[in-house]
Parts: sequence; structure tokens; C-alpha cells
Amino acid sequence: MINPFAPIGRGLLEVLAEIGRFAAFAGRAAGSCFSPPLFAGQFGRQAMQIGYFSLPVIGLTAVFIGAALALNIYVGGARFNAESFVPNIVVLGITRELGPVLAGLMLAGRVSAGIAAEIGTMRVTEQIDAMTTLSTDPFRFLIAPRVLAATLTLPLLVMVADIIGVMGGYLVAVHSLGFNGATYLRNTFDFLESQDVILGLVKAAVFGFIIATVGAYQGYNSQGGALGVGRAATNAVVGAIVLILAVNYVLTAFFVE
Amino acid sequence: MTAKLQLIGIKKRLRGRQVLDGVDLDVAPGRSLVVIGGSGQGKSVTLKCALGLMKPDAGQVLVDGADVTRMPQEIRARVMRKFGMLFQGAALFDSLPVWENIAFRLIYADHVKRADARERAIEAMRKVRLAPEFADVRPVELSGGMQKRAGLARAIIAKPDILFFDEPTTGLDPITADAINDLIVEMVKELNCAAVSITHDMASARKIADEIAMLHNGKIVWRGPAATIDASGNAMVDQFIAGRAEGPIQAVV
Ligand SMILES: Nc1ncnc2c1ncn2[C@@H]1O[C@H](COP(=O)(O)OP(=O)(O)OP(=O)(O)O)[C@@H](O)[C@H]1O
Ligand SMILES: [Mg+2]
Repeated sequence: MINPFAPIGRGLLEVLAEIGRFAAFAGRAAGSCFSPPLFAGQFGRQAMQIGYFSLPVIGLTAVFIGAALALNIYVGGARFNAESFVPNIVVLGITRELGPVLAGLMLAGRVSAGIAAEIGTMRVTEQIDAMTTLSTDPFRFLIAPRVLAATLTLPLLVMVADIIGVMGGYLVAVHSLGFNGATYLRNTFDFLESQDVILGLVKAAVFGFIIATVGAYQGYNSQGGALGVGRAATNAVVGAIVLILAVNYVLTAFFVE
Repeated sequence: MTAKLQLIGIKKRLRGRQVLDGVDLDVAPGRSLVVIGGSGQGKSVTLKCALGLMKPDAGQVLVDGADVTRMPQEIRARVMRKFGMLFQGAALFDSLPVWENIAFRLIYADHVKRADARERAIEAMRKVRLAPEFADVRPVELSGGMQKRAGLARAIIAKPDILFFDEPTTGLDPITADAINDLIVEMVKELNCAAVSITHDMASARKIADEIAMLHNGKIVWRGPAATIDASGNAMVDQFIAGRAEGPIQAVV
């Protein structure tokens, strides 16, 4: 007699065990960011790679989303004769939600997969073992610079995204919806509160940590050659996205309280 | 004389299979031990346990008589500094130029100045007969034999007390393989270190070994001076060195 609940229970236990392993890994990764030696050169390279080279992707995403948001809010607002709220809602939506979430999702694709593939390849070709035999801790040399770089540069990227997103909304509002440019900008900045920006930046830092840590976790634990590395990259993207969306809700709810 | 490195009763289970089932090995300073055995018999796992890259389920790894498996992390890390390892696929860091690969531990673990580290890397390259003009290329641009040389230079640069070699000659043509064997013998003699190599290349084993041990079914089934291997009196050893499919060892394929 086969117990129909057995596979479900087994699956659930496996998921819980995986969460536990990831939490332990994330704790060790975070710890190694704060204990010497810190490899400044590695950090600099990663900050360039993760932060600077993500600017085009982030900028393009932000300008189109800002523009589309302005159009949608205009149409929706028109139903209540509330078209004038476009600048307020655009800036609110972008700083509190869309800026960090979209930047997080774009970087989950670009950065998580990249980290997982790079570290995964190093794992399956024994480069990680080699590093250990050369008296260098892979957590400090490989993982900490990536985690630090992602955690620190994502808030900067989100600030840029916020500005470009508001610009996108501004362009559409002024050029095709007939808003006055000066009034639009005044409404934007008068309405914005510092806590909106802070929430967005806190989210960004947390998402940056998630992106790098999930990628590193998948890569570090990959096995089985090229196939394993490919699987690690895919799992990293999916895992980072799901985690970002879940944590986004938790952080938003926490700040709204 | 106490052994430089001694493994006592090492057991390791992986994916539900008892890969190592009580491995005992020891190697004295200045001596070269070669472990032979079939594919999948756990030779690499044995090395990984000795190097601390894998934690054995049971047993002890003694370095100069002290058990490294029960040491606090920092002390163990200090003991591990005496180790040098040449990996099967060389395991060079492909993001770094050859000289920085070789000098990696000097720069990042011993905090030697880059200019000095580079000088010592080039000196190590000369020792393994790797021309200095390859110092600034990436490892992917090197041939397999040159990668092995670079890996060897990386393993010896900090003058280790114990050198480990995981299949140093697999994937190389016989002439290059023999050149690598010569280098290994030369380096071990020059550093006067203990060496543990694993291989299934008998020509290589005969050349670099003072002693040979055979690993089968998770245990050392025979061990003796390299010169006596042809008269081992052990059917498994005889089958292995003759390379016959029939005998006490079943081919897995
Ligand atoms: N990290 C690991 N996780 C799970 N199983 C492993 C791991 N490493 C090795 N094994 C298993 O342990 C067994 C012995 O592997 P090992 O690599 O030590 O063999 P080997 O004697 O070095 O063989 P070869 O000569 O082919 O290199 C194999 O069955 C392998 O599947
Ligand atoms: Mg092996």
C-alpha cells in the first residue's frame, strides 16, 4: 500500500532542507563580507561588472516603464477626473515599487546567472578546491566581493532608475498628454517623501544581496559538468526572482505598518 | 621516524556508496608514494580527505603526528599551508594570467608584493621549463602539457612539505607525460618533500614511486616498494599492471 501523502511530505522536507542549507550559506557569505582579508581589487572588478555594466539595462527598463506608467495612470485617472495625479502616482510607483523590483528582476537575469555560471564552472573544474589548497578562502575571495558589490551597487542603480523612470513619465506627460513641464516636476517633488525613497533603497540593497547570494549558492554547489553549470544558472535566476518577489511583499508590508 | 602524512582508517560514504572503507596510508619525509587503482575506486576522494577538501566520516589524518580533522579551523589552515597540490585538469584560474595563477598564494595568502611575486613566479616557471613569454597569457591559451607545468609551478612555489598529484599524466602524450614524470621526480628531490600521487598510468607509477599502494573496494589491498611490484604475489595487482579485463577485479563497464 503506497501512502499518497509520502511524496508530498518528502518534497516538503526536501524544500525545508534546501532553505536551511541556503540560509547557512547566506549567513557564511554575509559573515565573510565583514571579516578580513577583504580583497579590494576583486570588489572593484565586481562593482564594475555588476553595477556599471548594468546601467544600460536598468536605464532602458526604467524609461519605458515610467512612460507606460504615465499613460496608464492618465487613462485610469481620467475615469475619476483625476488626471492631474499622474506625476504623484508615477513617482510613488517608481520609487517604492517598480524601480527596485524591476532593477532586481533584470539583475536576477544578468547577474545571478553570471555568478552561478562563473562559480559553477570553477567548482566543476576544481578551481575552488585549488583555491582552498592555495590557502585562500573562496568565500572571501570569490563570494564576498560579489555579494558586497551587488548589495552596494544595486541601491545606486535604483537611484538612477528612479530618476530615469520619472523622466520617462515626464516626457510622455509633457509631450503627448499636454502637461505643463514645470508643474509636473513641482508636483513630483513636492509629493515625494523621503520614506518612499528609503523604502526603495532598502529593497534594492536586500535584492542585491539576494541576487549575488543565490547565484553564488547555486554555483558553489553545482556538480556534474556543463549540464550542472547550466542547471545552476537556471536555478539561480528562478530562485532569485521568486525570492525577490516574496521579500518585496514582506518589506512593503513591514514599511506600510 | 614519524610519518609526514598518515591516514588511519579513513571512511567516506558518498551517495549511499561506501567509497572508502578504512584506508590506511603513510608517507615519510622525502619519500614518494603512488596510489594506483581502477576508475571510481576512490583515489581522488582519498586525496581530498587528506587535503581537507572533504571531511571523512571516520578516521584520522595526521600531519607530523597531529590529527588535522579535529583541529580548529585556523590551526588546520596553518597546517594546510605546507601542502601543494597538482589537480587532474590543472585547475588553473582562467580569469588570471599564468604568472598570477602561479603566484596566487604568494599574493593573496602570503601578501607578497606583486612585483616580487611575479619574479618568483617566473623563477618557478623556469624550474618547470615553461618559457617566461607565457607569463602574461591566459591559461586557456596553453596546451594540456603546459597547463600541467603551470599547475606544478603553482604547487611548488611556496616550497611545500607535502606534494599531492592527482593523475599528473592523464591526457598527455607519452613523451610529454614522461617529461612531467621527470619534473615531478626532480621537484620532489629538490624540495625534499613527501609526495603522494594517484594514477592509473603504470609507467608513471614506476617512474615516480618509491612505494606503491593499490586501492580497491575502499581499502589498500597491497603496498610495497616500487621495485617489487612485479613480484607482488597479489592477483589484483598482477591484473592491474597487466591491464587484463579478466581476473579478480570485475571491469565495471
Ligand atoms: N563530490 C562527490 N559527491 C558525490 N560522490 C562523489 C563525489 N566525488 C566522488 N564521488 C564518488 O566517489 C566515487 C569515487 O570517486 P573518485 O573520483 O575518488 O574515483 P577515482 O578513483 O579518482 O577514479 P578516476 O580514476 O576515474 O579519477 C565515485 O563513485 C564517485 O561517483
Ligand atoms: Mg580521480
